[in-house]
Amino acid sequence: MKEVQVNELQELLNSFANKDVYIHLETTNGAYASHFDEKVFNAGAFIRNVKIRYELAKIINDTPHRVGLKMNHGWVYAQGITHYELDEKGRLLMAGLDFTGKLAVALEISETPFSY
Amino acid sequence: MSLQPQRQILVVFPHPDDEAFSSAGTIRLYRNMGVPVTYACLTLGEMGRNLGNPPFATRESLPEIRRQELIAACKEMGIEDLRMMGLRDKTVEFEDDEKMVSLVKSLIDELNPSLIITFLPGYSVHPDHEATARAVFETVRRMPKENRPTIYAVGFANNTIADKGEPTIQIDVSSVKLDKLKALQAHASQTAWMIEENTKRTDEGQPMSDSWLHYERFYEVNLED
Repeated sequence: MKEVQVNELQELLNSFANKDVYIHLETTNGAYASHFDEKVFNAGAFIRNVKIRYELAKIINDTPHRVGLKMNHGWVYAQGITHYELDEKGRLLMAGLDFTGKLAVALEISETPFSY
Repeated sequence: MSLQPQRQILVVFPHPDDEAFSSAGTIRLYRNMGVPVTYACLTLGEMGRNLGNPPFATRESLPEIRRQELIAACKEMGIEDLRMMGLRDKTVEFEDDEKMVSLVKSLIDELNPSLIITFLPGYSVHPDHEATARAVFETVRRMPKENRPTIYAVGFANNTIADKGEPTIQIDVSSVKLDKLKALQAHASQTAWMIEENTKRTDEGQPMSDSWLHYERFYEVNLED
């Protein structure tokens, strides 16, 4: 993955619009967050291989970036995106890596299902 | 403490590297004695957070990296029977409880272990650790008393010693310290930062903590109820 280049990532997001796509969306503080610091309220969410179809995608040029997908009947968004790549299977993998290289958020879009 | 003789050891942990931190020295010592060790690793740590910055992996490429690291770590520990059980990281607790018991039971039925190494329920912090420990303990609890293997359980929650006292088994792994270090290094995607940190501390004249390179500590559990 490389650091976000807004124009290139916007074009990649556009290329999946109006298609049935599978998504992976994840936010996390890590399972150990409240073990290392008992003041941390540990929350996260994970969804994988859910099929959606979006009509509009937008990346906001802020640091870290936000990516929103507008669907016919709802929304998907991720906050904190720093890196992305189009992988060898044509999947758009976006992630937010914190200052120590730990994943904090991921949003991935693919025309074929992700592995289990 | 000298090692108790064992016929067969079954190690059950959910993530590649759980075994290296907690038990690599003990496993290596038993392997050096010729005791067979099977490691059932439930997931490939697919949800590991450390991808580096700049990143060396993606969410989708991490599992294969960790699979290779696990295989390499097992070589360092002398484990010849590695079972990758195909569950997904961070979902173990949401699997059907009876399916989890069946998974553990099939391993016990096949291997007839005299010792199982796993986590201590209630004191193992990560939800996958807890789910793994619950499944192992429940499976053993359902066995006829005379057939039950001993369990060495790893607990590291902040309240473990306050609640449970000191671990009852302390194994001196100093003689296989380098093997343990190599097993940890094999899980480089997870441990590189930590080993770097420790190297720095050693350079600064503060030796690595004795807690995980010289001694491994377990709660011996013989379920009687």
